[in-house]
Amino acid sequence: MRLHLLALLAKEPAHGYELKQALEQTFGSAYPSPNIGQIYVTLGRLEKDGLVRAVDVEQSNRPNKKVYYCTAKGRDVLTLWADEPTEGPRVRDEFFMKLVLAPLTGIADRMALINRQRRHYLSLMGDLNDLMARTPPEDRVALLLIEGAMLHLQADLDWLERCQEDLA
Amino acid sequence: MSDPALKAVNLVKVYSGGAVPVHAVRGVDLQVEPGEFIAVMGPSGSGKSTLVHMLGGLDTRTSGEIWIDGTRADTLSESAWALLRRKKIGFVFQFFNLVASMTVADNVELPALLGGASPREARERSRHLLGALNLADRADAPPARLSGGEQQRVALARALANKPSVLLADEPTGNLDSRNTRDVLRLLGEVHRDGQTIVMVTHDARVAGLADRVVALHDGEVVDDGRITRRRTGTAGAVIDLR
Repeated sequence: MRLHLLALLAKEPAHGYELKQALEQTFGSAYPSPNIGQIYVTLGRLEKDGLVRAVDVEQSNRPNKKVYYCTAKGRDVLTLWADEPTEGPRVRDEFFMKLVLAPLTGIADRMALINRQRRHYLSLMGDLNDLMARTPPEDRVALLLIEGAMLHLQADLDWLERCQEDLA
Repeated sequence: MSDPALKAVNLVKVYSGGAVPVHAVRGVDLQVEPGEFIAVMGPSGSGKSTLVHMLGGLDTRTSGEIWIDGTRADTLSESAWALLRRKKIGFVFQFFNLVASMTVADNVELPALLGGASPREARERSRHLLGALNLADRADAPPARLSGGEQQRVALARALANKPSVLLADEPTGNLDSRNTRDVLRLLGEVHRDGQTIVMVTHDARVAGLADRVVALHDGEVVDDGRITRRRTGTAGAVIDLR
């Protein structure tokens, strides 16, 4: 969440609660509703690292609020973040390790592992289908995220089929 | 209890034309209850298409039994089976086989008329299906004027036109881009909710995710047959890990 908050602060200075709202507005239902405590903890760390600076702003009849700014150093870190390629999901995942190792020990057979995993993927896909149907068309960020998750699942299923062809 | 919509007993297909006989389907038992949506999956060459073609009477079985709505179909004469198929089965393929000399609407109405619907019922059904698939404005065009994706949706509408007991489908979204696939998904979900029985060969995980049950084939045999469970989840953020 560090860099997500930093990016929002590079757009405009904000206090903690405004950041929570900005995350919700930007991502719609695509972002797990951010916890305000976690936002403050993250802001504290960013401040300690010199990536943001906090300024107390006086408020009439309320305690001062802390408004956070992105520093020049923060901006450099963001630029680096945006410029470097992003790692995709790991392919040598826990299921793959099971598929290769479990049959060697005699505790499971490959076809059973593949079948169980296929049902699991399809059940996840069913959830995503429901979610897609329930997401309003104007929530475009969320829809794109759902579509991305579906494409990843499709790849997982295709790969499962390849494992079935070659290993089972 | 009502009869299964579709039943296969120890169904076998051996292609013996070539130098070595090919055992495409090796003794499949399958029972499909009315209203079920089954996704048939498996690697290419596992016998999925052959199985579904046999169930629809488009390919002859080598041995075994096929029952449709309580009627034994595999022992019927070719013409009797064709009659049964017209009433009870809708079929949609990866390649759509539309009648080139008829309009889109007529293509869709034809099976309903052959199945015994009145011209008015057939027209209404066709209008509803074409509307649901975003094809209302193409109704009077000949199929050749349509894109591949549009033709595929017409083929689906046609397969559903006679409200078949069973919709059989072989890779029906194989040619579609993602927006067209979404229309097809929506219609399949809708007809399934209305009680349409569906048996569908597919590699498309989104389509398979609509199914209640998955049947997986490997080397002509059923290696898995089970329900796909749902959990009812919250928002996108809760389902999709945003690490």
